[in-house]
Parts: sequence; structure tokens; C-alpha cells
Amino acid sequence: MIAEKNKKNTFNIKNFLIDNNTYLIFLFLFILSSFLSKNFFTVMNLRNIALQQAAPVFVAVGMLFVVLTGGIDLSVGSMMALGASLSAILTANLNVNIILSICITLIVGVILASFTGFLVAYANMQGFVASLAIMTIARGIAFVITNATPTRFPENTVQYLVSKSYGYPIIILTIFLIILFWFIQKYTAYGRLVIAVGSNSTAVNLAGVNVKKYIISVYALSGLLSSIAGIFVASRSATGSPTIGQGQELDAIAACVIGGASLAGGKGSVVKTLTGALVLALIRNIMNLLAVPSYPQDIIKGIIIILAVLLQTTTDSRKTDV
Amino acid sequence: MNNYILEMKGIYKTFGGIVALNHVDFFLRRGEIHALVGENGAGKSTLMKVLSGAYKQDSGEIIFEGEKLSIRNPSDSLKKGISVIYQEFMLAPDLSVAENIFIDKLAEKRSIINWKKVNTSAKELLSSLGFSDINPEEKVANLSVAYQQVVEICKCLSRNSKILVFDEPTAVLTVAESEKLFSIIDQLKNNNVSIIYISHRLEEIFRLADRISVFKDGVNISTTEKNNISIDELVLLMVGREISQMFPEHNHQIGEEVLKVNNFSISKNQKPINFSVKRGEILGFSGLVGSGRTEIMRAIFGADSFNDGEVYINGKKHKYISPRESIKQGIGMLPEDRKQQGLLLEQSIQINTSLPVIDKFTKFFVIDKKLEKKEVVSTLAKFNTKYRDTDNNVSTLSGGNQQKVSLSKWILSDCECLILDEPTRGVDVGAKTEIYKIIEDLAQSGLAIILISSEMAEIIGMCDRVLVMREGQIAGELTSEISEEKIIKLAMGV
Repeated sequence: MIAEKNKKNTFNIKNFLIDNNTYLIFLFLFILSSFLSKNFFTVMNLRNIALQQAAPVFVAVGMLFVVLTGGIDLSVGSMMALGASLSAILTANLNVNIILSICITLIVGVILASFTGFLVAYANMQGFVASLAIMTIARGIAFVITNATPTRFPENTVQYLVSKSYGYPIIILTIFLIILFWFIQKYTAYGRLVIAVGSNSTAVNLAGVNVKKYIISVYALSGLLSSIAGIFVASRSATGSPTIGQGQELDAIAACVIGGASLAGGKGSVVKTLTGALVLALIRNIMNLLAVPSYPQDIIKGIIIILAVLLQTTTDSRKTDV
Repeated sequence: MNNYILEMKGIYKTFGGIVALNHVDFFLRRGEIHALVGENGAGKSTLMKVLSGAYKQDSGEIIFEGEKLSIRNPSDSLKKGISVIYQEFMLAPDLSVAENIFIDKLAEKRSIINWKKVNTSAKELLSSLGFSDINPEEKVANLSVAYQQVVEICKCLSRNSKILVFDEPTAVLTVAESEKLFSIIDQLKNNNVSIIYISHRLEEIFRLADRISVFKDGVNISTTEKNNISIDELVLLMVGREISQMFPEHNHQIGEEVLKVNNFSISKNQKPINFSVKRGEILGFSGLVGSGRTEIMRAIFGADSFNDGEVYINGKKHKYISPRESIKQGIGMLPEDRKQQGLLLEQSIQINTSLPVIDKFTKFFVIDKKLEKKEVVSTLAKFNTKYRDTDNNVSTLSGGNQQKVSLSKWILSDCECLILDEPTRGVDVGAKTEIYKIIEDLAQSGLAIILISSEMAEIIGMCDRVLVMREGQIAGELTSEISEEKIIKLAMGV
């Protein structure tokens, strides 16, 4: 049954480097940062990174599931803005209970994002185009409902999400999210079928799987997670602003790609996407600590994305044959 | 100068161990129309692809106008004056007729284009073939298929092609259009263009050709003057092969009816199709490529939409025809293109094998991977599948083993009727024999099997009964003494 005997599973340095390059890049940057600035490896700085990264990580994980199906969701940044604005308006202006307003916000986010999924699955629209349209719509709604001004949350509402005395709930939630989605991807039929759809949707359809259902679900999921991310961002300043999340879709895509995901679908991992998001966070953090101005930061970030992905595509030419 | 414009000598070409062309000799005279005939996969198209530079031969030489040619890519052969007109035209639909005809010349042009001159030259070329009614400024997309073909021919002529290859040119044409094409081809011949003409339609070949070469199993088995051969003799030449010991002994018991298809059609102007298949029976679907076998089966399975008709499974009407429902009712389908439609190449063997039955291993959203692996391994073992670990990607397997993974998937799903569309395409001879054995075993275990195949030997060696399709319809049914001759005659309508 198991034929090949001459090829043993020996430890291979090259394969190890290829399989773990995301982690290695992260580790390298982490050590480098520790040397470059004495302010880096401190509890306060690391906690700040964690608080900052909760929202980007949520968005990146949502993006990952869309990317796994071979799609893309450009609306995540606007969804964050909508999430932050809507929950702020509901609590501050309409005096809705905070829990209820968060629920309403998340439902709205899911519905709008499902519509993107619907356009992709049933109207044969490309994810890029459908989510581009929803991106402007969501941002537009956020501006309309807030009158283009930031809205302050009342006391004792979202502030709890970042409060020290509750153990920084958004950090805990982020850790929980990673474990949950790692589990979903590795052990559930849903996680497997999402990847299968991205690998070859024709074959999956012929195997009797409702491909459209899975496509809609990943966009809905991405909408849900980015709405939550929007509330996270709002919680840090206790303000819902329609301008937050701009460009977040690009960081999320970058996190997936640095984490080894393929935009063609079928390949990508939750933990590596988290690492990808943290790589981006480290780059930003260390340059802030070294007082590099923001525009040069962007240039360096772009270069590092290219290098990380080059490393994956050029080294991964392994082929085996039975 | 000898009278051959082209000499292909000892052309040998393999694809991953499968011999596609076995030391083929092919000689083309100056100004002749030379027809190539043979079954699908006999090597005609492969030889033409070697000539056009789409493939590189493993060994053998090509001599063109007395000079040895080394063709590395299609533009090499185009420059020498060898053009192939494929069934799928190589036209840019949104450009004009004139732009398409002179597309390579326009691309090389460094100065401003004189459109008036381009259009006039196009007009001249079109008129020379008797098509002065085609407007050179018209968009190609707006032309009929026949006119598009004329544009394609003009494109080749504008390159001063000395050899023109037509690959099944009439497959897309009506009878009247075909007649017109034949007169163009006659005219080209008078202008001393040498023509290679590939077709399944024997009447056409006898109407046009000067000489005929018959291909079989990658060998040019005979080249004769048309006048020295009759249609019957030609059919016999295409057939005459011994059915070797590749096929297992028939030992399956035919039981009651499993699948019944009533008045089924995929388009309005198609004559409805009726057939049924019984438990333990192997029903063959034969016919030429494009005769509609795959399309009908895909529609029955629910992969494509259909026009009208009913499908019964075990006497029960199948209401919502979709792949999902079909699988639930016990139909499985092995699609013709394993890589594009059958497998997730970059996913593991385990994921691929359990794909249609993942629900079976899932309890409360979570997959029981141990149970899954156990079942996958035992199913793969039944077929003697060779692999290292179920976690390896399917792309690491050979064609034959990939096909076994595809088959295992349907065995796991406990289907009662299995549609196999070209199950041995692209697998080597050894694996073919194994797959035949598997199919026979499945029939013995009581599955109803529909076997679509372009290989005559496969149909004859495996099937209890054969339906031959031609142009979307069932041309005939063969139940006893199934022979290649009978099938070919039905398939070609001669």
C-alpha cells in the first residue's frame, strides 16, 4: 500500500525554512527590535502592541477565510468604520443599551457583507468588484449616520473592552478568536470545505457541496469580524468615527500573504496570518520607537512585504512524485 | 528539388511514459490535399502540434523544402509558412476583420498605419477567395462562424503560408458552408498550397483528398492514394486491431433497473434521449468527441442545466437535479477532466477522497479524522492505490493513482450508479488494465455503470451494451457482437 521506501522523511533544513518562514521573519524582527530599542521589550510597549493589534488581527482572520475561497474583501476597513459609527450613534444618540447596540451593529455588518457574498456567488461578480462597491457604500453610511463627525460613547460602555481591571477584554477576545478559528480550520468540516472551495470549486460542486453557501458565509464572517474590529478601535478612544479603518483592507491582505496564503485560494493558515499581522505591527512599532516618520515607514513596510512574499514563492519549488 | 514539401521522419513523442507518436513517418507532396484519419487519440493532432511547434518531438526530424527544420515554438513554424487552423479560431473578436488578418504585420509596424491600405489589401484577399461581401472593417465577433473561418484562412494566406493544416474544419459549419469551404480548399490547392486535412467525416475526405493517411495508436499505418481505397476498406483499416488481454473477464450479474432517463434533452432543438441502466450492468456511451455524451451525462448528474425530461432512480422520480441531490440519491460521476473538475490537486489525498462524504465523518461540526483516515485507507487499498501517506497532496501521485483516488471517493459515498467519463484518459497502459479490473469488480458488486469512452477497444472490451451518439442524439444501440466497425459507422453516420 505504501510504496515509496527509498525516500525517507529526513529532517530537511530547506523545507523547514520554507514551511516556517513567517515565524522566522517574525522572530528575526522581534529580536532585531529588542536590540534596536531598549523601549521595545517592555511590558508597556508589548501591551500596547497587543491592544493596537486586536482589531487588525480580527480583520485579517476574516480576510483569510475570504482569501481561502479565492475571493477578496476590500470592504473590511469601511465595515470597521460602520461598526464603530453605528454602535456609537445607537448608544450615544438613541440611548440604546450597549449590548443591544453592539448586537444590532454586528447584524447590520453581517447583512451588508452577506450581500457582497451574494453578488459573488449568484451574480458571478468578482469579489474585488463586489466588495469595492460595498466598501464605498459602508463608508458612505458611516459618514451619513454620524454627520461626518466622531461620536463619543457614554461613560461605562465600550470603555470596559480596554479596561485594565477587566484584564483587557479585547486582548482576551483576540486570543480566543485565534484559538477558535485555528480549531475551525483544522478540525471542522466547515474549515475544510472553505479551503476545498478555494482549491477547485468545480470539483467541490461536483462532489455535491453547495459552493455558493460557503462563498456567502466567508464574506458574512469577514463582515462580522470587521464590525467587531471597528468597535474595538472605537473602544480605545471611546469614540465612534467614520474615518477609521482606512487602508485596513490592505494590511489585512498583506498579513494573509506574509502568512503564506495564496490569493488564488486554497492555501493559508490562521496562526500564520496572525503572525503576518504581528510582523506588520512590529515593523510599525519599532519604527515609531526609532522615531522614523510615517511616510518612510510606508516605504519600508512595502519593501518588507515584497521580501517576505519573494522568500515564499521563489523557495517553494518542491515537487515530489510517487 | 523533390516533390515533397514536407517530410516528417521517425517522429517519436511521449507524454509521461505514454507513447503518443511511435516513430511516425509522414510525407506531404507539394500542392496536394492530404487527409489524416483515425480514432480520437490516434496521434493525428499530436503530429500536427509537433509540426506547428506547440509540442517538441522526443526524436525524429522534420524536413521542409529539403531543409532540416528545428521548430522550437509556434512562431518558428509560422515564419516558415506552416499554419494550422484549429477548431477554436485564434482570432481577436473585438478587432476588425482587416486587423485580424494582418495582426502580426501590424504588430511589427513601427510607423503610422495606413488603414486605407490595410483595408484594401484585406478586401483583395477576401475577394480572391470569393468573399467580397465581408466588410474588412466589420468586427470579427459580428461574423458568422463560417465567415470567421474565412478570416482565419485569409490570415494564414497573408503570411504566404505554404502548408495549411485544417483540424476538423467542418465541425462548426453547416452543409452549405462546408461546400463553400471545400471550394476554397480546392482553390488553395490550385494556387499550389499544400494542405493537411484532419476530419472524422469520411465523405468529406473522399470528396477532397488526394491521399489519405490512417493513424492508429500513434502509428501512421497506411498512406494511400484516394483512388486506391474504398470507404469500407478505410473503415477496416481504422478498426483492424486485436483486442488484447487488457480487459477482465465479464462476470457480473445484471439485475433490476437503477437509473432511467426519459425524454431528456439539454436544449430545445435536441431530440430527447431515452435510456436506462441496470444493476451490475456496464453501459457504454460511444461517439466522436463533441457528439454530446459528456454534456448529457453532466446534465443528468445536475452539473449543468437541462431543457426537459425526467430521471428516475430505483423507480423514484428524481425531483431536484443537482450534484448534491444526485449524490444523495446514489449517483456518482467521475468527470472527464480529472485535474480541472475531479480533484483538488494541491490538497491531501484524505481531503480529496472523503470530499463527497465529509458529513459521514462529522459529528457536531467536528471531523473525526481517525475514522475518516481508516475508511479512506481501506477504500484506497481495495484499488491497490500507491501513495506514501494520506496527507500527501494528490498532485504528487501518478495519473493512474489520481484516478483511483477519484474512484475511491464514489465508493466511499456508497453510490449505486456511477458515471465514468473517460476514466482512463491520460493514464498509462498498466494503470488502464487495473482501472478496467476495478470497473468490472464494481459491476460485480452490483453497481450500475455508465462508461463514456472515446476508445473503441475500451467500449468493446468492457461494455454489455453500447449507445452510440452522433450530434447530440443517440444514433443507435448495440447489444450483441459489438464491433468497431459498427460503432464507427453509427458514430459517423456512414
